Amino acid sequence: MKRWPTILAYTVLAVGGLLMVFPFLWMLLTSLKPFQEIFDLKLIPQNVTLDNYRQVILETQFPRWFFNSLVVAVITTLSVLFFDALAGYTLAKLRFPGKGLIFVLILSTLMVPTEMLIIPWYVMSVKNGWVNTYWGLLFPGLMSAFGVFLLRQFFQTLPNDLLDAGRIDGLNEFGVFWRVAFPLVRPALAALGIFTFLGNWNAFLWPLVIVQTADMRTLPVGVALFSGEAGTAWNLIMAASSLAVLPVLLAFLFFQRQIIEGVVLTGVKG
Amino acid sequence: MRLSLARREALWAFAFLLIPLVFFLFIRIWPAFQALWLSLYEWNADPAKRTYVGLEHYRQMLDDKLLRKALLNTLCYTLIGVPLQMVLGLAVALLLNVVERWRDFFRAVYFAPYITPAVAVAWVFSWMLSANFGIVNEILRLLGLPAQPFLQSPRQALLTVTVVVVWQNLGFQAVLFLAGLQNIPREYYEAARIDGADSWALFRHITLPLLNPVIVFSAVIGTIGFLQLFTQVVNLNFTDQGGPLSSTLTLALYIYQQAFGRFELGYAAAITVLLFMIILLITLVQLRLLSRRVEY
Repeated sequence: MKRWPTILAYTVLAVGGLLMVFPFLWMLLTSLKPFQEIFDLKLIPQNVTLDNYRQVILETQFPRWFFNSLVVAVITTLSVLFFDALAGYTLAKLRFPGKGLIFVLILSTLMVPTEMLIIPWYVMSVKNGWVNTYWGLLFPGLMSAFGVFLLRQFFQTLPNDLLDAGRIDGLNEFGVFWRVAFPLVRPALAALGIFTFLGNWNAFLWPLVIVQTADMRTLPVGVALFSGEAGTAWNLIMAASSLAVLPVLLAFLFFQRQIIEGVVLTGVKG
Repeated sequence: MRLSLARREALWAFAFLLIPLVFFLFIRIWPAFQALWLSLYEWNADPAKRTYVGLEHYRQMLDDKLLRKALLNTLCYTLIGVPLQMVLGLAVALLLNVVERWRDFFRAVYFAPYITPAVAVAWVFSWMLSANFGIVNEILRLLGLPAQPFLQSPRQALLTVTVVVVWQNLGFQAVLFLAGLQNIPREYYEAARIDGADSWALFRHITLPLLNPVIVFSAVIGTIGFLQLFTQVVNLNFTDQGGPLSSTLTLALYIYQQAFGRFELGYAAAITVLLFMIILLITLVQLRLLSRRVEY
């Protein structure tokens, strides 16, 4: 009795899964075709070539865009993890006047859409000479209100006795945070870290606004503007897109469990 | 002088919060007010030449046909996209909940698009959906169906963009719903089965009510996402004009055009205030409507 629904479920999932995979497959296969072949729409390339990748890597500033994205994503992630944890810990575990107000203040920023902030950020960047600099790319993402909220929840679950034990052993308050509390919220840090990294790696709107020269583009802006310029060179565009997607998919293979847990954490348990 | 314990704790707290507070005050809170302030001025690169125009920009919005178009489009994207991705996400989650072997594999397959750069996704789809050389039209032809213009047609472009965004978000919704489903104790279903409930009754009276918090979250997140739609629209249509004939123009893209295409930063700021109010209103309404306690 129970077999038929299960078989049906597998079938529907497989067909749907094919629709999810196909664009990636099509991108990869097109990127391996020489230009003459791309318009005859055969799935499998007749003459497999890596020349598109060679051109993208050697004849565009692709490596530079990759590097820029890496710089932005790594620095913002480290900053978010450290400062969000520090703020989350303080708001969860220390007593001080104005605590409620500060928490509400930080949380209230979640309601403001990025579009509203981008114009003042831009004005601020023009005034201070941050346009087209790494600092300009970085500064909006250095902390996240959502991360503070998430980590505060986790720090609250730590028993106070544990923190007191650290204090009795002679750690100062920063030592208690860094050596005792911080390592204990590792699952939340992993999830927050991965999402911060991916969010900044994939970011498009702000980098598009703040970057002026080709050498300062991040990967998404580089691919977008390159594609606009490359016109009908779909083989090159697909090679560039593949190179932009590949690191993310590889990271996903490695961190799948933490990424899925991160979604669950934010939506169902948070 | 020895400080009291409470005072020492407070000093540590303020030391820890110093940098985060500076960040949130100057990078998140102050700019929000600055957007309000900017919306009252006619922008000029030279601060001395910025003139105060009061609510003029807000009045200007009333006569702005393109803004009305962007608003209407954004509404269409949201009204089609959010229900679509929620229903499909829930369907995939229900299927994933049935299968046990291969569950992690299928979940990964559906989730992968969500984390890939939207720019790359948009370019792949614009290639696949190309009117003359696209693989999708080739497949339609093989099935004996007429070719479609998709992104080239003012009538189809918005729907096409919506489908691409739904394709990308589907896995996120499915993972959320699956986690929600797995939080529901199995005993509830068993008890109801003994009472003679059929599958539909189980779904209607157990699954849906207990899934309510997840449904609220997914609806709010989905709506905010669609209200801020930008990257896919720009990259699926090759231009930042929201073509063809503004049929895919969104509010976020219109803000970008006004601010960084025409450098009407004052007017653009006024539109961001409008966007903020819409997001605030919809979030509040949704939280109220959907978090009503369900009787069962």
